[in-house]
Amino acid sequence: MSTFWSIWISVIVLGTIFGCWWLLFATRKSQTTDTETEKTMGHSFDGIEEYDNPLPKWWFYLFVGTCVFALIYLALYPGLGNWQGLLGWTQEKQWEEEVQQAEARYSEIYAQYGSTPIPELAGNEDAMEMGQRLFANNCAVCHGSAGRGSVGFPNLTDDAWLYGGDPDTILQTLHNGRQGNMPAKGTMPNMTAEQVDQVVNYVLSFSGREQDKAAAEAGAEVYAQACVACHGADGTGNQALGAPNLTDDSWLYGSTYEWIEETVVYGRQNVMPAQGGRLSDDQIHILAGYVYSLSNN
Amino acid sequence: MSTVNANLTYNYKVVRQFAIMTVVWGIVGMALGVLIAAQLVWPQLNLDLPWTHFGRLRPLHTNAVIFGFGGSALFATSYYVVQRTCQARLFSDGMAAFTFWGWQAIIVSAAITLPLGLTSTKEYAELEWPIDIAIAVVWVTYAIVFFGTITKRSAPHIYVANWFYGAFILTIAVLHIGNNMALPASAFKSYSAYAGVTDAMMQWWYGHNAVGFFLTAGFLGMMYYFVPKQANRPVYSYRLSIVHFWALIATYVWAGGHHLHYSALPDWAQTAGMVMSLILLAPSWGGMINGMMTLSGAWHKLRTDPILRFLVVSLSFYGMSTFEGPMMSIKTVNALSHNTDWTIGHVHSGALGWVAMISIGAIYHLIPKLWGIKAMYSIGLINVHFWLATVGTVLYIVAMWVNGIMQGLMWRAVNDDGTLTYSFVQALEASWPGYLVRFIGGAIFLTGMLVMAWNVWMTIRQKDAVAADNVAAQPA
Repeated sequence: MSTFWSIWISVIVLGTIFGCWWLLFATRKSQTTDTETEKTMGHSFDGIEEYDNPLPKWWFYLFVGTCVFALIYLALYPGLGNWQGLLGWTQEKQWEEEVQQAEARYSEIYAQYGSTPIPELAGNEDAMEMGQRLFANNCAVCHGSAGRGSVGFPNLTDDAWLYGGDPDTILQTLHNGRQGNMPAKGTMPNMTAEQVDQVVNYVLSFSGREQDKAAAEAGAEVYAQACVACHGADGTGNQALGAPNLTDDSWLYGSTYEWIEETVVYGRQNVMPAQGGRLSDDQIHILAGYVYSLSNN
Repeated sequence: MSTVNANLTYNYKVVRQFAIMTVVWGIVGMALGVLIAAQLVWPQLNLDLPWTHFGRLRPLHTNAVIFGFGGSALFATSYYVVQRTCQARLFSDGMAAFTFWGWQAIIVSAAITLPLGLTSTKEYAELEWPIDIAIAVVWVTYAIVFFGTITKRSAPHIYVANWFYGAFILTIAVLHIGNNMALPASAFKSYSAYAGVTDAMMQWWYGHNAVGFFLTAGFLGMMYYFVPKQANRPVYSYRLSIVHFWALIATYVWAGGHHLHYSALPDWAQTAGMVMSLILLAPSWGGMINGMMTLSGAWHKLRTDPILRFLVVSLSFYGMSTFEGPMMSIKTVNALSHNTDWTIGHVHSGALGWVAMISIGAIYHLIPKLWGIKAMYSIGLINVHFWLATVGTVLYIVAMWVNGIMQGLMWRAVNDDGTLTYSFVQALEASWPGYLVRFIGGAIFLTGMLVMAWNVWMTIRQKDAVAADNVAAQPA
């Protein structure tokens, strides 16, 4: 901040403290007695009078004490404008020091599993206990504490994978995150309401769900225009794009007519945040082992 | 010694109206509080409706109790006290009536807009811009009536209660207008004039002084009249009142920064907020000492007078919360207490223990006087109310202390590998018993308010109870 504001802040902070100080001592100085008195101020308001009792000593010293504490604290810590404080403390430094301490303390614990192959790690009880805790801290808020997911958040315990469930793909997903994007009406922005109905019925037919047969037949043509590029001709999806398999029983959003209609009409956007940089490579490695273990046990 | 103008009468009508509304809004606001406390125990009580959702009812609860209940109590007592201690009629009957109807209209509009989800999202300042303008107009009128009455006083000095009421009225005007500066986007939507951390600092400068001036200075004004009056004793120390008044109002305006520890707020502002909060301990306790010591020589009256008991216990809770507050403003303590139920407990030890109890005591003192009779219908019921209020408050704050400290410790507990021991949901599950006890405490407190309403009703419908709009000033 500029010198002006720095001085301004210092003056009003110190002014408030010394103002209190002055008020306290000036009022005490004019005391006529050190002990409790029956003398009043001589005025009465609606019958209420006021004694001229001295300031209680313990209270006086409490007040002085807090002012002294404030002045010492302001000398040690940043408070008076640009004054950095004798201790050089800032909240950023405190944070960085605590992170460094944590890294020094915990990195070795994670490092012991950092190069174990992931399928092997998945069978290591100690590593999986740590993985479970990392999962609870970092993943459970979306995927659930048991990893079974929720609407919009994939179930990690089944065999249906949007991007693939092999160790390397899991690692990649964790490190870099994923951006899922299904455009509204797929690649056919001018899709009519009738065509939406047809293609929804066609999608329902992939997994043998109840459907309007005639609409579904007509939907094949719409599907070929709007959906095939990502979900494939047979509806089995494409893991390279993160396009879901439409023929199985695993649905990221709902599998009813209404849910699928909403997905088709409005599209879906979904983000898995990147963990690289948030967590250490070793921690991500153990997490990958844990996620792998959820569907490979 | 007092020379009262023989023709002088006091305006009791507006005092009476606000006194009754204090009880009404007290019941409404506290019932809402009990409801949302129940929602935290049994979430189904959200009813799955947007209008009854916790997020919309919680600001309605805070607005109804702070501005409806607390505000009405402050209006009632300040209009009463300023007239009697200045020996002057209110500056303008018409303007006083305007503040009554205007203030009620504002609370009603809060009760309509907040459940509809119309909110500026600033805590304790949620009301949207048209209502904010109405508040500013009513408030400025209030200031004119109050200070106008002081200027036409026949008493030579200004009594200490009026210093506190005056500081409260002036500062709330500045805070309200300052914090609510916004650009309207439509009839019920506006954007704050401040951005980012400046907005946060403005909000907590306002927010903490809603506590410091609305809920503290105003109620200290109440204390300085009703405690000596009810105890029939002189105020303990005039010089103590000078020091603690000026020190209190000088340091309170600084304290808001302590709501933003370890945030984007620059370190210097956090530090200033913390040290001023600590200095605030002694000025706050000055008020408690002055009230408590006023009773020296009259302690025996506590045995027989439950109204005095309300007033004195409120001072104990005031002393306790104003010790707790400075402690919680220390960064190290705040790192544990922030965002936990401890904060809620702290607020309620002030809100239930201090603000509500002193208001209740003052209203019990006022009601018979406003209806020209000797005493309340039932002193026994005041005593019942006293115990319900005390037990309710204690259950509430103890539950929140336990929950708050437990949450703070659970959130920071780590395993040997540095991972968190507990998930958020586990801490929430562990809080359930505390939420239940809090609900019970709140329900007990609310029951006391219902007892009060009954007692007030029975008092004013007694045969010899006559409400007079204009009351002749009695020679003191």
